[in-house]
Amino acid sequence: MSLLAVENLSIRYPDADEAAVKSIGFTLTRGQSLGIVGETGSGKTQTAMALMGLTPDNATVNGSIRVDGTELRGAPQHVLNAFRARRMAMVFQDPMAALNPYVRIGKQLSRILLEHDLCDSGEARVRTLEMLARVGLPDPERQFRAWPHQLSGGMRQRVMIGAALLGEPDLLIADEPTTALDVTVQAQILALLRRLRRDSDTALLLITHDLGVIAGSCERVLVMDRGEVVEEGDVGRVFREPAHARTRALLDAAPRPDAAARAAPIAADAENVLDVDSLTVSFAERRANARQRLTALRSLTVTVSRGETLAIVGESGSGKTSLARAIVGLLPPDAGRIVITGNAETRLVQHRRAATHRALQLVFQDPLSSLNPAMTVDEIVAEPLRVHAPDLDAGQRMKRRDAMLERVGLDRALGNRYPHELSGGQAQRVAIARALILEPRILICDEATAALDGTVQQSILDLLMAEQRRSGLAIVFITHDLAVVRQISHRVLVMYMGRAVELAANDALFSYPRHPYTKALLDAVPGLEPGSEQQEPEIFGEASSPLAPPPGCAFHPRCKHAVAVCSNELPGTRKLDSDLVACHRAAELDLRK
Amino acid sequence: MLRYALTRILGAIPTLLIVIAIAFLMVHAAPGGPFDSERVLPPDVEQNIARYYHLDESLPQQFVRYLSGLLRGDLGPSYSYRDYPVSRIIADAFPLSMWLGTLAMLLALVAGISAGLVAALKKNTLPDRLVTGAAMLGISVPVFVVAPISVLLFAVYLDWLPASWTGGDGWSRLVLPVVTLALPQIAVIARLTRASMIDVLASDYVRTARAQGLGTASIVRFHAVKPALRPLLSYLGPAIAGVLTGSVVIEEVFGINGVGSFFIQGALNRDYTLVLGITIFYAVIVIALNLAVDLLYGLLDPRVRTR
Repeated sequence: MSLLAVENLSIRYPDADEAAVKSIGFTLTRGQSLGIVGETGSGKTQTAMALMGLTPDNATVNGSIRVDGTELRGAPQHVLNAFRARRMAMVFQDPMAALNPYVRIGKQLSRILLEHDLCDSGEARVRTLEMLARVGLPDPERQFRAWPHQLSGGMRQRVMIGAALLGEPDLLIADEPTTALDVTVQAQILALLRRLRRDSDTALLLITHDLGVIAGSCERVLVMDRGEVVEEGDVGRVFREPAHARTRALLDAAPRPDAAARAAPIAADAENVLDVDSLTVSFAERRANARQRLTALRSLTVTVSRGETLAIVGESGSGKTSLARAIVGLLPPDAGRIVITGNAETRLVQHRRAATHRALQLVFQDPLSSLNPAMTVDEIVAEPLRVHAPDLDAGQRMKRRDAMLERVGLDRALGNRYPHELSGGQAQRVAIARALILEPRILICDEATAALDGTVQQSILDLLMAEQRRSGLAIVFITHDLAVVRQISHRVLVMYMGRAVELAANDALFSYPRHPYTKALLDAVPGLEPGSEQQEPEIFGEASSPLAPPPGCAFHPRCKHAVAVCSNELPGTRKLDSDLVACHRAAELDLRK
Repeated sequence: MLRYALTRILGAIPTLLIVIAIAFLMVHAAPGGPFDSERVLPPDVEQNIARYYHLDESLPQQFVRYLSGLLRGDLGPSYSYRDYPVSRIIADAFPLSMWLGTLAMLLALVAGISAGLVAALKKNTLPDRLVTGAAMLGISVPVFVVAPISVLLFAVYLDWLPASWTGGDGWSRLVLPVVTLALPQIAVIARLTRASMIDVLASDYVRTARAQGLGTASIVRFHAVKPALRPLLSYLGPAIAGVLTGSVVIEEVFGINGVGSFFIQGALNRDYTLVLGITIFYAVIVIALNLAVDLLYGLLDPRVRTR
């Protein structure tokens, strides 16, 4: 008998045109692993919630969910509670929100054992400590007493996995368990899940939008689209010979770091449009009541020329966003210069001229929160003209606005809509239209495609590249996604704790990384080869607090190539071929695959 | 944390000074004086009185004199209760007011939190509708309406409780004043508790707890109560201020010789120093308690405490 049998499962919300999940079915046998993949709104998370009996009260769930032959659909609370943690457990997407900030880690975990009467409180403590060690947390005694906020994102997700496994469930449901984490941490968490599953015969239901995550961790895969299962089968077969058009589209849109670079070549005589020279930026970080000075950028130098896309990559906290904010003048530099060619040197935010803002525009990660909800699309797109081109009359403004909307591929009929009536991709097109209507020379995109589904992300990237070919726009593209970097960039700046550790041309970086950190980032991206048993991650742990960077090379505590000099001397930037790299051992290491 | 506490305490000083200045000006701007009466006093007697109480000095001079007295803890002499300094009147009357206020606050917290929690857990059912309805009523009907009506109902018609302080003894005479004083606070606290508990029950970490098979009782006890009650802490300051001002009316209605009734009498007698003294005394209490609540707020947040 299968461990989990789902038949004709439907989930419908009142006021919704369509059911969120439409009569789907699948089975999972003990010890097996099944991935569910699909884009936003495909119903994959709804399915997971229904399995755990966590569907909101206002939704109607029909069909059958049987675990070990017991019907759980519509089962009373006490039956569900007896199954939760003991038979099936769940790991959620956001480990920051999934732990109670007011209860110590140890108490939250041991509570699970006590609630299910699995042991007394002394035994619960011992078992919790064992579990914390098992999920790879250093110093379990300390983590037991810790508050959630004292742990990094990766550590919290380890805690959540530990919490899920405490009751020794037969089935582990993981809903986008690594989506909120850096790619380096994702690799560690996926490795942990694989290791834990080898040691027990827990079945895994892994829900994700990321085909790479499925490829390395699942035996079978289920592709969902708009509430329906469109394809199901062995991971190897589905990835190699997708039968359904949706699956093919997902695979085509899946970011691959091994794809070809697509950016148009830059003119040889292209002049610099942006010149950042030895920039140091710090700001006061108010943490609760303590005020501390956080140095976000340390002596950073980089240039961008006309028609070029510079990608900036690094883990969270590396200073990517601070750099963008400093360039647009939202953060004043402590030292160094930012010169936007054609404008006077800009040192202080207050002294920036309107001309600077015309030359420089921004696109943010979340289009919905960066568009004014009280303005229509037409108003949003035309607004920069009213500020920066006051001599245009209403008719001229309208003409330029309509031309702009067409350029970014938005239907004129959307002009009267408000941002919340748009899809994520449409909203991001509006944000791009607003940024481009002043014909800036530089466009800064801060994780501009991170919130979008694969296929939509592709279309936005295509749009940006088309704009670049058309007008010689320089793009600074901040992202954590190396596959996007590979596709659209000319050069790549790798940042670690506020410093540039490597600056290289796209091809050079991906074929021959010179810095161990770059190598670690590249290796952490899950590949699309099914069943490829990934080696243990290249990199240890997570970045230190930017408030207290380690001495010497900031990366040395996580670097497997570190030697004595790394921990006490700051590496200078040296030139290797065309690369700039800040590593003591760059010349002697060969980090090619 | 220590530095934070210190800056907050220093920051309270200008607030207090502004309160004192405004209160001083408003009392002096009121028409009439403390010694105006139907019987006209001889001019030299009036002059003597004015000199004795320094009423002949200019307003700024009087203000400086008053401030320097304050620094020594001297709130000046009362104009209507001869031979009684204001500080003495407050010291005598305050214990009773404090007793009343403390009981009312305790009642408000216990009743308000319980009602709010029940309403949140039974959201959109009859108990919830009853609580939210009653709370709406409690907030919108003022104390000076509730107090006389409850006297009429419980003391006059039903004759269950004494109508005034002097008309009863022991606990029975406390019931009506304490309950009427607490009512608006019960209402606000119930609403706050309900709203924040509903938020917490919808949070990701409560969903996690449900996925771990914790029953409702455990979820409430281990995960929900503490975070749900946190917003209440910041309401404690305004609640205490509300009870203090409410007590002014309540003491007058029930004939209780507390600070509130002296305040009303002082205002009626144009007893500048008494009104001013009580205003400043209450301002100090409200500012100090707000400060204490803020500091407590910091202490109760693990994210602050452990740094």
